[in-house]
Amino acid sequence: MSDIAAVPQPLQKNGKGMFAGQRQELVINSSLFGLLIFIGTEIMFFAGLISVFMIIRAGTDTWPPAGQPLLPVGITTINTIFLLVSGFTMYLARKAIGHNNTKALTRWLGLTALLGAIFLAVQGSEWVRLISFGLTISSSTYGGTFYTLIGCHGLHVLGAMIALLRVLYKSVRGTTYSSSNRTGVEMCSAYWFFVVAIWPILFVLVYLN
Amino acid sequence: MAEQATSEVQHTEQMSFVRKYIFSVDHKVIGKQYLFLSLFMALVAGTMAYYVRWQLAWPETAVPGAGWIPEPTAFSGIIPPEFYNALVTMHGTIMVFFVGMPLLLGAFGNYLLPLMVGARDMAFPRLNMMSFWTIFTASLCMIASFFVEGGSAAAGWTGYAPLSADPIYTGVTWGLNLWIIGLALEFTSFLMGGINFLTTTVTMRAPGMTMLRLPLMVWMQITAAVLFMLSVGPLVAGAILLLLDRTVGTGFFLPGKGGDPLLWQHLFWFFGHPEVYVVLLPGIGAVMEILPVFSRKPIFGYRTIIWSTMVAGVLSFLVWAHHMYVSGMDPNLVMPFSITTILISVPFAVIIFAFMATLWGGSIEFKTPMLYAIGTVTTFIIGGVTGIFNGSPPVDIFIHDTYFVVSHFHFTLFPSVFLGGFAALYFWFPKMFGKMMNETLGKIHFWWTMICFNLVFIPMFVLGMGGHMRRIYNPMQYDFLKPMQGINQFITYSAILLLLGQIPFIVNFFWSMFGGKKAGDNPWNANTLEWATTTPVPHENFDTIPTVYHGPYDYSLPNQNEDWQPQHLEKEPAAVA
Repeated sequence: MSDIAAVPQPLQKNGKGMFAGQRQELVINSSLFGLLIFIGTEIMFFAGLISVFMIIRAGTDTWPPAGQPLLPVGITTINTIFLLVSGFTMYLARKAIGHNNTKALTRWLGLTALLGAIFLAVQGSEWVRLISFGLTISSSTYGGTFYTLIGCHGLHVLGAMIALLRVLYKSVRGTTYSSSNRTGVEMCSAYWFFVVAIWPILFVLVYLN
Repeated sequence: MAEQATSEVQHTEQMSFVRKYIFSVDHKVIGKQYLFLSLFMALVAGTMAYYVRWQLAWPETAVPGAGWIPEPTAFSGIIPPEFYNALVTMHGTIMVFFVGMPLLLGAFGNYLLPLMVGARDMAFPRLNMMSFWTIFTASLCMIASFFVEGGSAAAGWTGYAPLSADPIYTGVTWGLNLWIIGLALEFTSFLMGGINFLTTTVTMRAPGMTMLRLPLMVWMQITAAVLFMLSVGPLVAGAILLLLDRTVGTGFFLPGKGGDPLLWQHLFWFFGHPEVYVVLLPGIGAVMEILPVFSRKPIFGYRTIIWSTMVAGVLSFLVWAHHMYVSGMDPNLVMPFSITTILISVPFAVIIFAFMATLWGGSIEFKTPMLYAIGTVTTFIIGGVTGIFNGSPPVDIFIHDTYFVVSHFHFTLFPSVFLGGFAALYFWFPKMFGKMMNETLGKIHFWWTMICFNLVFIPMFVLGMGGHMRRIYNPMQYDFLKPMQGINQFITYSAILLLLGQIPFIVNFFWSMFGGKKAGDNPWNANTLEWATTTPVPHENFDTIPTVYHGPYDYSLPNQNEDWQPQHLEKEPAAVA
């Protein structure tokens, strides 16, 4: 018992980049787990923004302040539906790859990307209209909270779109994903669900207040 | 035998110098990079503390060693009020975010966590490399902020709005913007680190390494990572809004524009209080590893410590407004936050009692790491007890923003960052650098640091109770502070001695690294897995991933031949009674 070093054994790669003796059966895929933790911090980030909104809103009597335009509730409601449907198509894409159906995967991913693009385009055109009506980020705390909360969400949708397009590209090329190799799809969908799920909260708070 | 094993390991690829030592993905190299970064930043922030202390003791006289600073930052060594504010701000910011976190989480977390759980590396090695280079960039932002027009951030390390939200109040323009950007990068860095820590612990443990066989250092690291990641989001949101206030003219924190300055304080302290535990937990995690080894006893109450830490972690999210009793927030909030604040001392008291019970009846060996571990605990007790004074509203109304508070948080942060950090460094240095550190120099360093630290900060309690405000430039401007100026000078003498006391450490560190006595694989006869591999630790950490048979603290078990039982070896059959 004087020497505690493990009995020397040569390293052996087993073809999967793992070494002999390394634990193979994982509780959860590392990448997916890491992403879920990241989404947890993102939720806290939005919680911070939301509390900023609520506190500033509670401290202001007239909302919107005099001379500032009302937010476009009607068109954004329709836009909300687009985003929610994209969450459902993403769910179908996830289900398709579970059944090893790569064709359906590509179809549903493509539809999700289309709906996401429509959402972003409508948001962008509404911003242009609002700016022309005199609502800017520095015109009032009303404008400031609107552009930061909705803008941060928009940036997150954009980021999720980039990931989605990458997964879509791989899926179009065909051989990448299968029911046993679908981490990319799962990560992409987890992040997409997050940006979809946080939106109704922001919508109700910011637009319907 | 051990050396033979190392030489047998053939690396599959020969790496270039840059890949191996600079843009390395090896958690051990990254840990050392964090170590050197944090020690360098500690020197920078320590020098700032010296300038601040000199100004307080002998106001508006030339500071020896500050003559090189060009005008208009300083005037041949005399520090003007603007630069004083910047020094105080940056001392706090750098010590917390660029020394405390990189040293305890960055260096020891990265180096030890994969070794302790028995993994080849972190779960995401490339993310790990990015996390270091992100904090490196953040450090450059912080240092660069001194050289831009208007000087560095000068709104206090808490950056209270509206002082920080509009350049007209401090005269600082890009310095404070760089401060915000640097902090945001630092948070990003530790976000990557935290994801790595948690994922590695959950998915990469060696066979047999159940969650309740993990060394407590790992538990402390991942709890700290969780606390950090759950609390940092709102502050990042706040930092973005603050940057917008300063650059594009929004008014989230400016009352004149309809904003709310208290909002910043809420966002900051919602992060700021858990942050205290982010820095504390890895520090006492090191203590939890060291105490059993040098008292040759199992740690007392392994599970109790874990549960107490979790309770403290949850409570740490419910105490933040105790920093804001006198800020003008709703007085109805004061009582609940006071109750949670006093409650949070209970789990920590439990942990301290577990430490004392671990020492009780042990065969204690006063090696340098052990001295530092005990020093951490004893010093932290003073910090914890004075925290109860601060948490009690009637007392806090008097001592808020005085040197009592300054002394209190130095009594919590100094033990966790420096005493805990030194304990960890002296303890794991043989594993990290393959050499033993010099014991005599180590002991001189310990006693010098301990005594001078207390000589600096115990008088500060007296100053605080005498009403000495913090963040003032020149105490001689106030008649009621003039009689206490002698104490201020005494503190400054002690602070200079405290800084000089680090010379034995620096000498010891470099001298031992190159010329120290060669360390074996397991110089302290410790149980955890990092000691099971060879020294120096090979690429990929273990020749064969060890199998774990029992918990990490089986010292001096009855009926065993040795008083220690490495985690990767099965217990010997009981000797014949």
